[in-house]
Amino acid sequence: MLHYILKRIAIAVPTILILIVLSFALMHSAPGSPFTGERPLPPEILASLEAKYGLDRSFPEQVARYVWNIVTGFDFGPSFSYKDRTVNEIIAQGFPVTLTYGSLAFLFSILAGTGLGIAAAIYRKTWLDSLAVGVSVGAQVLPNFIMAPILVLIFTLWLGWLPGGGWQGGQWPYLIMPVIALATSFMASIARLTRSSMIETLNSDFILTARSKGLPFRQVVVRHAMKPALLPVISYLGPTFVGLITGSVVIDIYFSTGGIGQHFVNAAINRDYPLIMGVTILTGTLTVLFNLLVDILYVWIDPRIRY
Amino acid sequence: MQTPPPSPDERPVPGRHHVDSWLLCRKPRARAALIALALAWGLGLSTTALAGTPSHHPLTGEALSEVQTFTYRMLDEAPTLDPQLNRDSAGFTILRDLFEGLLNQDSNGELVPGVAERFASSNENRTFTFHLRDNAKWSNGDPVTAGDFVYAWRRAVDPAVGSDYAWYVELAGVKNASAIQAGELPPDSLGVQALDPHTLQVDLDRPVPYFPEMTTYATFFPVHRATVEEHGIAWTRPGNTVSNGAYVLTEHVPNEYHARTRNPHYWNNASTIIEKVTGLVINDENQALTRYFADEIDRTGIPAGQFPNLMEQYPDQAHSMPSLCTYYYSINHTETGHPALQDSRVRSALSYALDRNIIVDSLLKGGQAPAYNFTHPATAGFEPPKPDYARMTQAERDETARELIEAAGYGPENPLQLRLIYNTSESHKNIATVASQMWKQKLGVEISMSNFEWKTYLDRRMNQEFDLSRAGWCGDYNEASTFLDVFTSSSGANDGRFENAEVDGLMEGSRTLDDPTPNYREVELILASEMALIPVYHYTSVFMLKPDIRGWPYGNVQNNWYAKDLYRVK
Repeated sequence: MLHYILKRIAIAVPTILILIVLSFALMHSAPGSPFTGERPLPPEILASLEAKYGLDRSFPEQVARYVWNIVTGFDFGPSFSYKDRTVNEIIAQGFPVTLTYGSLAFLFSILAGTGLGIAAAIYRKTWLDSLAVGVSVGAQVLPNFIMAPILVLIFTLWLGWLPGGGWQGGQWPYLIMPVIALATSFMASIARLTRSSMIETLNSDFILTARSKGLPFRQVVVRHAMKPALLPVISYLGPTFVGLITGSVVIDIYFSTGGIGQHFVNAAINRDYPLIMGVTILTGTLTVLFNLLVDILYVWIDPRIRY
Repeated sequence: MQTPPPSPDERPVPGRHHVDSWLLCRKPRARAALIALALAWGLGLSTTALAGTPSHHPLTGEALSEVQTFTYRMLDEAPTLDPQLNRDSAGFTILRDLFEGLLNQDSNGELVPGVAERFASSNENRTFTFHLRDNAKWSNGDPVTAGDFVYAWRRAVDPAVGSDYAWYVELAGVKNASAIQAGELPPDSLGVQALDPHTLQVDLDRPVPYFPEMTTYATFFPVHRATVEEHGIAWTRPGNTVSNGAYVLTEHVPNEYHARTRNPHYWNNASTIIEKVTGLVINDENQALTRYFADEIDRTGIPAGQFPNLMEQYPDQAHSMPSLCTYYYSINHTETGHPALQDSRVRSALSYALDRNIIVDSLLKGGQAPAYNFTHPATAGFEPPKPDYARMTQAERDETARELIEAAGYGPENPLQLRLIYNTSESHKNIATVASQMWKQKLGVEISMSNFEWKTYLDRRMNQEFDLSRAGWCGDYNEASTFLDVFTSSSGANDGRFENAEVDGLMEGSRTLDDPTPNYREVELILASEMALIPVYHYTSVFMLKPDIRGWPYGNVQNNWYAKDLYRVK
């Protein structure tokens, strides 16, 4: 097991390096530069800016310097678009925000999603099943960019209960709408996944055996069916969690939460190379990490799996 | 030789209290809920118990609200709060409150004293001398001196600082600005010097009669040297920053909000009424409008097309003001463009056939004016001439357009095919679609439209990879040359590369004239007869403003508002 984990970590390093080189190449192949503006800069100023940020060097040299600065000083460089901040500072300020609303949305979607899914599977073909399926389909067809304005219309404009945006250090009135808007479609997916997987598990032989030896149904579900039924859900959770905690452009745009989600789009539009790289590496590293965690979780849940 | 009017009398104003901004909803239901939430969750209600706001405005006598705050929507986070590095309007709006330049603008955009009490020009507008007030102070109590301006202006052009607004100093004609940017001369050779702590002398390379207007922009604001040197790029943050304007930056969470509160050391602090100004970053304009109606913000822009409805429902809150920008289609005059565009008859036909009234009345609906010339008509001291085609009816223009394009050898049988580019946006797409339809129906011109995201679009525009390109130009200062210089051959913004020796000569000549207006009118007429560009409309700024906010500079066509001039009535 330990051997396996070490091997995976060893693979992760070149994976992230390839990610860096590819992103770097893609970024530089886009037309325009960080300094393209409606009023073109005088060539001398452009040259001095490019020299200042090392953009006058060759491509391999730029990549090498970039990686070197990260490895030696954990320095992701200056931001081109936010002149008085570094990429480290931008991520340090925005990541806790997305981590907070992302984790809460994650928890909410797992609890509500698995709850709905299990209930629907157990009480299959009753009104509870229809309700659960109805709710999850409804949540699925309402993407967050539609949920967000609807929530604000209801809770801010009509009822006047919640502030329409902002973060204020993560006080709960500011959290509710972003979390709900972000969580609903994930909750719906988890609910449908759980329901079908649970139905399949409940029909399998070992459950029949457990029931025929006289175990109460409740115990059968909790002790025997839960773990195998949740396996497919868990493989879905790794990437979902990373997706949630690295934020959402939509949430940041509608709720002015100040998270890092918006930088994925804005940094690309502004050709803010260091910021694009910063958020890409963050997402890449977290993805690698959580895929590993999910694999380890598998072993714990399914004893048939061995590494 | 302009001299600003004398400064307003200092008016003593007793202390005031301030409250956290998001509790300031005036809708009772919303306010009750918010306050309940705040109390339940221990949200800090930071009240500094002072004597309170004066009950009446000292000049107008209006009863003042006890809550003197102003909260507005920002489209995007300001990229920087360093005056010399700033390049966008979101940053400039904040910097106007935090810092004060030599001169300010009043509610009509006219110059009024700032740090300078008065100034004089000499040497045919090549030298300007500014006399600074002796009571101007930084927010840490240090006096503001001429040396602070010298330091700041050198920063603006210093290649080591790398401001991408260094061109502004060059545009203003400050001596040696270009050579310093090119690294040929040291920054201290810039044509600005402190004759004594309260006298600043500026030497220009060439006559720039509108130089004083240009000093109202952030690039020319002073900065506090010791602070900049102590904190490096972090000097602009709350706690570090030292500024000389009516407000100081007290809170800043990037991409969420920032807040500025009164600077007790500001020389005219006694006249300031608004206690706290908050800018909330709200990217989505419809979301911002919803929050405006939920009383969370006092000012927000109106999304395209919604102005007539809002004007009808809220006549006291919906505003449309001229804004110094012109929307146009740039024509590629180089050989990378369609060869037909070398023919002025083709260019004119395209321009004549464009029914601007449909675009402003049916698409934009925000009080925009159809444009037949380049300079915005609200530009100070300049009434643009009406070119011949502006006086025709649209039917006459269409008829002439058909004749012109036929004479040039094109028409429905031999259709002209052009590529039109625009930057991705619903509004640009709509205008381009309507324009293409007009050209297709009236002239048989076939347009292939392509949209590109901003930087790609700019790249194509600047490299002349288009036939027609959507473009917009906003005045950098309130004078016609800010528009007309675009079409001189040396201009970097002349993306279609229109070159005309007469235009170059007239613009060059205008700089030494007491009254450059005849030259400007002449240039406008040449641009129209050559059809150097296809003007579409002159911008307006359409926005919602809460009716209890007063002092808004409705006459300032650059929409430069200073929070120190605003107040909230009961």
